[in-house]
Amino acid sequence: MSETQAAPIPVTVLTGYLGSGKTTLLNRILSEDHGRRYAVIVNEFGEIGIDNDLIVESDEEIYEMNNGCVCCTVRGDLVRVVEGLTRRKGRFDAIVVETTGLADPVPVAQTFFMDEDVRAKTELDAVVALVDAKHLPQRLKDSREAEDQIAFADVVLLNKTDLVSADELAAVEATVRAINPHAVVHRTERAGVDLAKVLGQKAFDLKRVLDGDPAFLEEAAQAHDHDDHVCGPDCDHDHHHHGHGHDGHDHGHHHHGAVAPIHDVTVTSISLKGGALDPKKFFPWIQALTQEQGPNILRLKGIIAFADDPDRYVVQGVHMIIEGDHQRPWREDEPRASRLVFIGRRLDREELEAGFAACAAKAKAPA
Amino acid sequence: MPSIAAYDFSDFVETTCFLKGQPAFALADGTLRLPAGGERTLTLHEGGLLAAVYDPFGRRLLSGGEDGRVVATADGAAVSEIAAIGRKWVGAVAGGPGGAVAFASGRSAFFKPEKGAPKELRHERTVEGVAFAPKGTRLATARYDGASLYFPATDAAPVSLDWKGAHLGVGFSPDGRFLVTMMQENALHGWRVEDGRHMRMTGYPAKVKGWSWSAKGRFLATTGAPAAILWPFSGKDGPMGKAPLELGTRGDSMVTAVACHPAEEMLAIGYQDGMILAVRFADSKEALLRRGGTSPVRTMAWDADGGLIAFGAENGEAGVVDIAG
Repeated sequence: MSETQAAPIPVTVLTGYLGSGKTTLLNRILSEDHGRRYAVIVNEFGEIGIDNDLIVESDEEIYEMNNGCVCCTVRGDLVRVVEGLTRRKGRFDAIVVETTGLADPVPVAQTFFMDEDVRAKTELDAVVALVDAKHLPQRLKDSREAEDQIAFADVVLLNKTDLVSADELAAVEATVRAINPHAVVHRTERAGVDLAKVLGQKAFDLKRVLDGDPAFLEEAAQAHDHDDHVCGPDCDHDHHHHGHGHDGHDHGHHHHGAVAPIHDVTVTSISLKGGALDPKKFFPWIQALTQEQGPNILRLKGIIAFADDPDRYVVQGVHMIIEGDHQRPWREDEPRASRLVFIGRRLDREELEAGFAACAAKAKAPA
Repeated sequence: MPSIAAYDFSDFVETTCFLKGQPAFALADGTLRLPAGGERTLTLHEGGLLAAVYDPFGRRLLSGGEDGRVVATADGAAVSEIAAIGRKWVGAVAGGPGGAVAFASGRSAFFKPEKGAPKELRHERTVEGVAFAPKGTRLATARYDGASLYFPATDAAPVSLDWKGAHLGVGFSPDGRFLVTMMQENALHGWRVEDGRHMRMTGYPAKVKGWSWSAKGRFLATTGAPAAILWPFSGKDGPMGKAPLELGTRGDSMVTAVACHPAEEMLAIGYQDGMILAVRFADSKEALLRRGGTSPVRTMAWDADGGLIAFGAENGEAGVVDIAG
């Protein structure tokens, strides 16, 4: 008996401090003629000067799950509002969730993985962080949230670029890249970015894991020194000196490390690379790792080559939640390489590298 | 063989009930549909309807909407406004003895006596559900980390019933001795009201989103599993130490709605694939009421005599089953 399943509704999460330009961007999403209808969940109607019955106010409500997992939290208000909004088909095409400046983006994202009902009806599209180029250095000193928001983002809008000098902007962008080399960064004034670069990103789509990742693309294209707009001019590619992939990443944020003036960065990104893996070793390792270190892992993404498997296997995770699936067959011309990227705090690079290396498939004994 | 009068409302059916003997269907689009004897439509809410319950005390349908209004209709012809709180969603409503109404919006519950203005009961966290005790004026609210029990007509501080986790819905047993909540986890929690003794009801593969008390309150039937799960509440300790009844077990679908018969020990079970069964408690004997549909059954209600059952599904499929045929 087949239930007519409507396509899941994409959800974009918008984070950023007060004054970073979220309201400006929201007003554009609500008023521009892009042919799509958005339901917007805001913390306060506040300054959104648009009267629209699809703007919903909601009190941020963090619910811990009683499953013994310290980082398993969901946003209860989103469960309720999304359930209410999605009951009626065809009313709108997508949802934007605006979070407060101090909000932790993780429970928001986890809601779309952990709550069965929400997960059945929606799909997380991307986490977009707005950053005020002028005030980011101060924000990073003040709070951990500003850093979390950048670290967790798929897309960063480096906004208010008109208020800083070229040098300041370069330093701020380098800081953003140091916190999160995997996010796509756009420089904007008054949140003026083509909405197509913010909405409909499919950043959590397992089928597209790492597809839009600038650090990953950069490495894939390392021989060609072309620089598409995705990677800012200050993100010089000096950290890929040689072909050993992860070696070059050793101190990712130190290489990008012109960031010295803004040093209050506690998030690191670790990128691992290897050959074909043994699934019997990889799955227990990644499961144990996310169980033990889940609280320190903000995001993880990877493409895995399993020995004797004709398909690419893709994984992604948020804290302790991890999901994976076969993506597509490896192409003839593709090297069977495994890549795994972590963004988080207090990550032990050596331990991760050793654990990952131990998952390598043994070369087949001759039959 | 039972016969079905089928309807298609093309919009999510939130709640069905019988008003003055006529089947009525409250849709998420804010309308009430009364298909029997020439279809009529009544607008309850502009924007959308978020919560609707049949109030057995006032024999009326109460609903809350995106328009911040709480309204009532007893006959499906006239709507009366109980309260309006502006541009806020009303996410839960309940009716109580003496014409009282309670509703919830954000971090407040509101108590509205039959005569007089609504009284706001502020909470520290979102109020997810409200329910009245069967006698007197006692109101329970479901919230994060437990439930609160108010005597809302007085200024007495609420009694806090604590249990870690998010509680999303609340109800009293028909005799008022037990309070039960639905949780964000796949579980129910209960308290014996007189002494706060805990009752854990766990083991569900999915979130419990619907329940129904059996005749005389002997069982609480619930959704959230491939069978209807019925917890025995007839003993003085409620379901503690007793196994629940499992009725209508299927290997290929989940129970999404339950409705106990008003007099007999039997219930109607609605499934994710649209099937509806009637099952007798005593011998688990099943009767097929509806073969299936294209959408999960969301809501079911018996008429007062227990001869008709109305149902509504998430995609707007609906109908009335005549048990006698």
